[in-house]
Amino acid sequence: MVAKMIEIRWHGRGGQGAKTAALLFAQAAMATGKYIQAFPEYGPERMGAPVQAFNRISDDPITIHSGVTNPGYVVILDPTLIETVNVTDGVSKDGKVIVNTSFSADEIAKQLGIDKSQVCVVNASQIAQETIGRNIPNTPMLGALVKVIGNLDIGGVLEDTKSKLSVKFAKKPEVIEGNLSSIKRAYDEVKVS
Amino acid sequence: MIKTIYSKGKLAAKTGNEVMAEAMRQIEPDVVAAYPITPATEIVQIFSQFVADGKVKTEFVAVESEHSAMSATLAATAAGARAMTGTSSQGLCYMWEMLNIAAGLRLPVVLAEVNRAISAPINIHGDQSDTMGARDTGWIQIYSENSQEAYDNMIQAVRIAEAAKLPTLITTDGFIISHCMEVVELYPDEDVKKFVGQYKPDRYLLDVDRPVTLGSIELQDFYFEHRWQLAQAMRDSKKIISEVAEDFEKTFGRKYDFYEKYKLDDAEIAIVVIGSTAGTAKVAVDALREKGVKAGLLKIRVYRPFPAELIAKDLAKIKAFAVLDRADSCSGTFAPLYTDVVAALYAAGVSAPKAINYVYGLGGREISVAHLTQVYDTLSKIASGDAQASTNLEYINVRL
Repeated sequence: MVAKMIEIRWHGRGGQGAKTAALLFAQAAMATGKYIQAFPEYGPERMGAPVQAFNRISDDPITIHSGVTNPGYVVILDPTLIETVNVTDGVSKDGKVIVNTSFSADEIAKQLGIDKSQVCVVNASQIAQETIGRNIPNTPMLGALVKVIGNLDIGGVLEDTKSKLSVKFAKKPEVIEGNLSSIKRAYDEVKVS
Repeated sequence: MIKTIYSKGKLAAKTGNEVMAEAMRQIEPDVVAAYPITPATEIVQIFSQFVADGKVKTEFVAVESEHSAMSATLAATAAGARAMTGTSSQGLCYMWEMLNIAAGLRLPVVLAEVNRAISAPINIHGDQSDTMGARDTGWIQIYSENSQEAYDNMIQAVRIAEAAKLPTLITTDGFIISHCMEVVELYPDEDVKKFVGQYKPDRYLLDVDRPVTLGSIELQDFYFEHRWQLAQAMRDSKKIISEVAEDFEKTFGRKYDFYEKYKLDDAEIAIVVIGSTAGTAKVAVDALREKGVKAGLLKIRVYRPFPAELIAKDLAKIKAFAVLDRADSCSGTFAPLYTDVVAALYAAGVSAPKAINYVYGLGGREISVAHLTQVYDTLSKIASGDAQASTNLEYINVRL
């Protein structure tokens, strides 16, 4: 395995935008000069059912086309999944788990059964509610992920996301602004142990 | 840092389906007739949006089945139009009758095919059973490792098909490539259009000044000669495929061959494989090379026509190789690619290398670097004489 390659697994529920987040994240990472992959796990798709999506980010071309089994980063859009899905599956001792929650890293670490140093928390749902006006935690979690990974340029990510959303929401500029400030807030507010 | 190869190329994050649709938009065929099927649906869905938005002047025919999709596409080609379609799995099965007719009538239909398992049981995921089942229909078959290759192969396919007068299909592995977003270099519309050129059929049905008969009955008198011509056209298409690839490299800078040799020239052990798994195998090869193991890879791009003579030459000095098939012929013996490779070696008088045949990844079953490394480990043991090559068809990652 190429050492520099970052592998990410997104956990969400059908409709929460895990796939969209993975795609947006990949595009943003590409805009900062990285090779990328983004792919969802395809199964029966139902609103509310647990879903996963994946990213690979690397400075070198990515040729591997197997599943992501040992992610360096896990992003959990919906904290209720912790009770039903083995979200830490394949995560090593230096892997990070980023959770959308109002609880502390201590409490989440206990729930997950991993060390507190591996847990990052951010209240993405609240941020989304306050910036976008709806509980769509996927875009703020993108900001939190950029912060936790550390070597990605948040300015470049915001710029690229803005251009992508500008195409999609040309007639709703307030949606674009809300999403961008949600990313920025989660970037600032995520608690990295 | 990501970079382009072609001076006017532009990088984009796209899935396999998106780039196949993008190639179709740039090619702008006269007619596209299609019926949706997972995981190929997006290709014609995105293309139909291009039609609706007026971005292409293509006549889009929303047909009621894949049988009709192929019928309408080949009929349009017979009439003198450039025509394309897209499908997968059961859709290709349903086209089966018309696939043979497109080839028999020597019509250069181009098909964007997404490899998916065959029912039953129902499964939407990637394996190559569908196109392997169609390997004897007289279609040129070109497989893609990733989205970039899918895009480049689509652009080349049009010229190959029209020069060879043979229908041509381009594949990606279902979901693994069709739905995976990757970095792809796209070329400007005008450059693609210039490369593809205008379709100028020699003979066509709507050429009223030079009437032609298509689809006549031929019994003991002429049928055999026409089928020989079809087989000969497939043999002759090798030269065309090479020439188009050379021109493609000259124009856009990316080199394509019948197959890719990855660290094969000095290799003692090798895997022969088709499609996205080749990319995963490259990771295994790199890791083994770091440990001093002389591992290599032969990735088939053009499966029909089969580049038998070249493969025999390149595998002759390998001590042990494994052929990995993502389709099982259920033949009682071996799987399709292995059968072709071994026949190629025997015909060329090559009998030194030991060989094993594995079937893997049916219905999208995971194939990881670890699985492939295990195959290389087995090959190392066979090469050093510590183990015998299995004489049976073997299976990877299946519960028996």
